Amino acid sequence: MTQIAPTAQREYVTIFFNGEAYRVPRGLTIMKALEYAGFRFTRGSGCRGGFCGACPVIYRLPGDYKVRVGLACQTAVVDNMYISLIPYVPLVEHVSRREELKPDSGYVLKLFPELSRCVSCNSCSKACPQGLSPMDAVQAILRGDLKKAADLTFDCIACGLCSLRCPAEIRHHAVFRLVGRIVGVYYTPRSKSVEERVREIESGKYRAVFEKLLATPVTELRRVYEEYMKTGRLPESLEVR
Amino acid sequence: MYPPEVRKLIQIVEDTRRERARAPAPRRLSLEEREQLVRAWHPDYKPEYKRAVRVGPCKGLVMYSAVADLLESWPLVKPGELDLEHVDYEVDFLVVGSGGAGLATAWWAVKSGVDPSSVLIATKLRLGDSNTVKYQSGTQAATGPDDSPVIHLLDTLAGAHFTNNQKLVRVLAEEAPLVIKWLEELGVRWSRVGDDLERLPGGGATRARLHCCGDYTGLEVMRVLKDEIRSLGVRVLEFHPVIELLTDPDTGAVSGAVLLNLDTGEYKIVRSKVTVLATGGLGRLHIVGFPTTNHYGATADGLVLAYRAGAGLVDMDTLQYHPTGVAWPEAILGELIPEKTRSIGGQLVNAMGQRFIYELEPRDVVASAIIRECSEGRGVVTPTGTCGVWLDTPIIEVVKGPGTIKRELPALYRMFLRHGIDITEEPILTYPTLHYQNGGVLLDEWTHVLRPSGEPIRGLLAAGEVTGGIHGKNRLVGNSTADIFVFGRRAGIEASKLVRESPKPKLSLKHLERYIEELKQIGVPESRRAPILLPDYRGEAVLKRIIRISFQLK
Repeated sequence: MTQIAPTAQREYVTIFFNGEAYRVPRGLTIMKALEYAGFRFTRGSGCRGGFCGACPVIYRLPGDYKVRVGLACQTAVVDNMYISLIPYVPLVEHVSRREELKPDSGYVLKLFPELSRCVSCNSCSKACPQGLSPMDAVQAILRGDLKKAADLTFDCIACGLCSLRCPAEIRHHAVFRLVGRIVGVYYTPRSKSVEERVREIESGKYRAVFEKLLATPVTELRRVYEEYMKTGRLPESLEVR
Repeated sequence: MYPPEVRKLIQIVEDTRRERARAPAPRRLSLEEREQLVRAWHPDYKPEYKRAVRVGPCKGLVMYSAVADLLESWPLVKPGELDLEHVDYEVDFLVVGSGGAGLATAWWAVKSGVDPSSVLIATKLRLGDSNTVKYQSGTQAATGPDDSPVIHLLDTLAGAHFTNNQKLVRVLAEEAPLVIKWLEELGVRWSRVGDDLERLPGGGATRARLHCCGDYTGLEVMRVLKDEIRSLGVRVLEFHPVIELLTDPDTGAVSGAVLLNLDTGEYKIVRSKVTVLATGGLGRLHIVGFPTTNHYGATADGLVLAYRAGAGLVDMDTLQYHPTGVAWPEAILGELIPEKTRSIGGQLVNAMGQRFIYELEPRDVVASAIIRECSEGRGVVTPTGTCGVWLDTPIIEVVKGPGTIKRELPALYRMFLRHGIDITEEPILTYPTLHYQNGGVLLDEWTHVLRPSGEPIRGLLAAGEVTGGIHGKNRLVGNSTADIFVFGRRAGIEASKLVRESPKPKLSLKHLERYIEELKQIGVPESRRAPILLPDYRGEAVLKRIIRISFQLK
């Protein structure tokens, strides 16, 4: 639609999708290239901006045995790449109610006992399209350092690639989500200023001024705002005490 | 990686950086100057992009032509075609959409007393696939000691040139701090400074009131909300978009919906006492040819469905073009460079190395300024022949210290690094991108969808981007996510009351009868159908030779 600005020197590359060859414009992502080639996604396409983990992809390049990973919406096509999409990774997750969460790694290990099978091979980190180190996070959990594990995996988009590569069959992103929630609920102090503001609002502190504002004509509101932009102060009638 | 010819152009950004780091920012524009700028350059003010819609409850209302085209489309199913006797899901409360608005609604409904087993969330893609998961710059809420919901309200009105529904803005401003607290209690890890939450400045906001989680704000919030919803035991149907609402033939009240299983093509019938539309916006319509920041499913489905059921619309003559979309590399064209990049000091610079606008003006103003620079020959032509201006990111590291970008903008840093560009050392080429549907269905303070007359459509609520009035003709940064949580919360609470009062409704597609008559009158071909559900990006060469061998989604 808008993606392909035709220029004189448009170059093409060949990609192999599920073994079949397609000629596609250089410069596109794997996702856009496959669409150009005629595919239409229902599964395996989500936010298209690298945030949702819907489009993990594995690929190989000629002359290299290495399996590479990426996100189809974020990875540009390369000549002769062999691609497979992984739109779903079965994890069979346990979801705890917030009240059930316990702030210790014993709770996490009880729900995900396979964590203790981690052999520190680091295959997970090599498979992470976000460049995170799931292995370090798993080891942090085993040491009881949930805060560290949560910080290390804050940017996890739950694509599941690490879990496919893991010889210990750890369900990484389900684990990391649980740990993130435990840390969010138990290890993160509440903001006093937010609590204070909410108390003010619930006590009706702003009600009278809001009523006054809603009864003010737009032309007058404009004038008030112009004045406020100049002086940085609201007129006394709109001050909240 | 920038090609050598672009590298050469970057030189001037580097040469002027030290000077710009010291110089004062361009001054803020007055309200009148803002309006002059948008009138001259913003796509919203180009009459050639718009026309009056010719069918439906708002016949005659001027809107973007692409939206009018969509509203003047045939439904995917017609009265009499479906078996409405066999009901697949009998529920009290149907939530359509599973972005931030849908999940907040479902959560608050359950917490307000609706039995979770009588709630159904139907969603087009996976649970949580939405624009919310992509949100980066944060959520506006007047939580700071120097701030007040009153100032939040005034900033919001001024940012929209005073075109908002003030009653709705009052709710937004007054309840935004409540939802920050709510999400904090659920375990959202807001970014912090010392023992308080971090608050960042944003365009058009006169106080720092953006609450973020690094630049993965939506990822963190949705991670928590999805977990909550799953743990409450609410039923979720993924890959089941709603393709039509059902109405009670006697009362006109919304009584359920027709779902489509995207994998099998099979339809499912839902009967619900109350339905909430939380279907999001329309970026994937690529209006006026703009690329978009939106997720794959942002195709205005809810707007189409609500309109056919009688909803009024407001402000559909405006759209938000986010000032800073990616202009190059092509692979990520139109993706978002979050406003936070400017909140923490990123500078917009033209081809001559000059700043040309105060970067934290409201979005329509900044977008207009960028379009002006490019139209008047002060832009940079990208390797693909499009135009853009520089967003000087390395200056953030100069002013705020090395490491700031990786710490504050890890997602943005990663996105460009994947294409060989290190934004701590090289600037970004940027141009506005289609971002947000400012307007939408008419709404009251308790999220009832209204007919143009102001009378509520019984059984139908809405929350989030599908609604209009809150943001008027231009939304400020961080107000969309304040909107989805504030009004999602209200929709859930309201639903819990309505569910108790409502009897079991009857099902029909009667509301389509008159609509179809109107479509026939203006001669719309039956091949034009909506909702479109997903954009079609297949290449032209392929589309020319398609043979339809069986039912396929239009």
